[in-house]
Amino acid sequence: MRKFSGWTLLKEAFGGQQGWTPQWRRVAPQAEYDAIIIGGGGHGLAAAYYLASEHGITRTAVLEKGWIGGGNTGRNTTIIRSNYLFDESAALYDHALKLWEDLSQVLNYNVMFSPRGVMMLAHTVHDVQVAKRHIHANRGNGVDNEWLSPEEAKAYCPPLNIERNIRYPVLGAALQRRGGTARHDAVAWGYARAADAIGVDIIENCEVTGLVRDASGAMEAVQTSRGLIRCRRVGVSAAGNTSVVLGLAGVRLPLESFPLQALVSEPVKPVVPCVVMSGSIHAYISQSDKGELVIGAGTDAYTSYTQRGALHVNSHTLSAVCELFPAFRRMRMLRNWGGIVDVTPDRSPIIARTPVPGLYVNCGWGTGGFKATPGAGHLLAWTMARDEPHPINAPFTIERFRDGHLIDEAAAAAVAH
Amino acid sequence: MLLIQCPYCGLRPELEFAYAGQAHVARPADPSATTPDQWTEFLYLRDNTRGIHAERWRHVRGCARFFNALRDTTTDQFLATYRAGESMPVLQQAGQKP
Ligand SMILES: Cc1cc2nc3c(=O)[nH]c(=O)nc-3n(C[C@H](O)[C@H](O)[C@H](O)COP(=O)(O)OP(=O)(O)OC[C@H]3O[C@@H](n4cnc5c(N)ncnc54)[C@H](O)[C@@H]3O)c2cc1C
Ligand SMILES: [Zn+2]
Repeated sequence: MRKFSGWTLLKEAFGGQQGWTPQWRRVAPQAEYDAIIIGGGGHGLAAAYYLASEHGITRTAVLEKGWIGGGNTGRNTTIIRSNYLFDESAALYDHALKLWEDLSQVLNYNVMFSPRGVMMLAHTVHDVQVAKRHIHANRGNGVDNEWLSPEEAKAYCPPLNIERNIRYPVLGAALQRRGGTARHDAVAWGYARAADAIGVDIIENCEVTGLVRDASGAMEAVQTSRGLIRCRRVGVSAAGNTSVVLGLAGVRLPLESFPLQALVSEPVKPVVPCVVMSGSIHAYISQSDKGELVIGAGTDAYTSYTQRGALHVNSHTLSAVCELFPAFRRMRMLRNWGGIVDVTPDRSPIIARTPVPGLYVNCGWGTGGFKATPGAGHLLAWTMARDEPHPINAPFTIERFRDGHLIDEAAAAAVAH
Repeated sequence: MLLIQCPYCGLRPELEFAYAGQAHVARPADPSATTPDQWTEFLYLRDNTRGIHAERWRHVRGCARFFNALRDTTTDQFLATYRAGESMPVLQQAGQKP
């Protein structure tokens, strides 16, 4: 792998940019691997990287039916935070947040992690109580989070409207300063490049169509659009399509797949310095380094695999954004799109073994798994390498639904992303 | 926005309806004889079909009644709607069996 540095940039600038080479190899699948990851999103690529770098399992392949990062990784609004209510969740998301902090250095790839602060607005007495409860719970878990008055919120984010005469006035906000955003594509590419450099095969346009089990029921091979590949250790990280992939082995999961939409405006000069979220009125906004306002909506109402949603969902979000930021009323939106998110009943993920020996799953991240990309990959790799969960993902099993150990972030906050 | 055929009121815009999840999921008849695995199945496990999905809708801002629908989740096209209590219609076109 050619190391990126200021020096290589300068050298290429003088060499007419002719010396750059592809950042990962384009390879055909081998007949057999020690580990296979199904799904080349950020999570799957990260898992492959950690399997090779931390567990020495370098005979690993990532199988992606389209192109890497073309799923939710490339479609999300990139909000990163770890201020979740329950102890299990705080540990899980903060594990990921800590990995984000030096990820660009570790991968030698600028993922543009920008801890610009995530501000979550409170609009009702109930919101205020929930936010303060989160702040106390987070601090007890060593996760930063602080309460801002409406005036302090406006000082942190000047375009915010804190007038009391709007439908949902801002009564205050919870601010996690360590939270922020990162560049979605760079995360997929950075992990792909680093994984490839230590031997991982990244195989695009390779759809998994069957999971083959031996006489004892254990994983033996995967059937793909590019032929049969033998492997006894298979991890599924297929986001919205997880039910479909695990259905190939007859495993049923507590998941439903919904469209989630986002949109971006025309680019403007810096105006929103942080991430602003409002769970109550379903609006999320930040500004990309290119200048576009990046806006996210709530999920669409019904399950779907179409990767698109209804226009009224976006217009609802835009009216909320316009009330919070009246200055944006006359801005034009450039693009909107949807992704398919896999949602669990308690809105917490599953990173676990499945009933099939040798088959592992990382799913259920729903509307909020981008922030967990490094952590989810790290924990899936651990679970696959040792055939047992890391203490951090041990509570995030499939069986928690049967056993009544829900990690009910849905009831705790009902906040997406 | 989708147009949805309420079996009681006719064709109406999606905004009048609420989605209510997979259809024909029956509550276990004898709770005390139901195992944890059967409860899990009833409460949490869903087909999450990629293809033709039988699902419940409620015409919440119209007649307020529940009904069932067959919808292709790869296109969002509604193939049939039918009243609660009726059995699932058999679709005519080849390859469209639920
Ligand atoms: C509009 C939107 C906004 C969001 N905003 C945020 C946010 O602000 N913050 C946040 O934390 N999260 C957010 N999320 C959620 C986040 O995007 C996801 O949780 C996360 O990206 C999931 O990562 P992944 O790598 O598991 O999935 P993906 O990137 O979707 O990767 C899964 C891959 O599996 C592949 N695949 C599927 N089936 C097969 C098969 N049979 N064979 C081979 N490959 C297959 C797919 O092609 C896909 O590339 C948002 C999501 C959306 C859609
Ligand atoms: Zn009706």
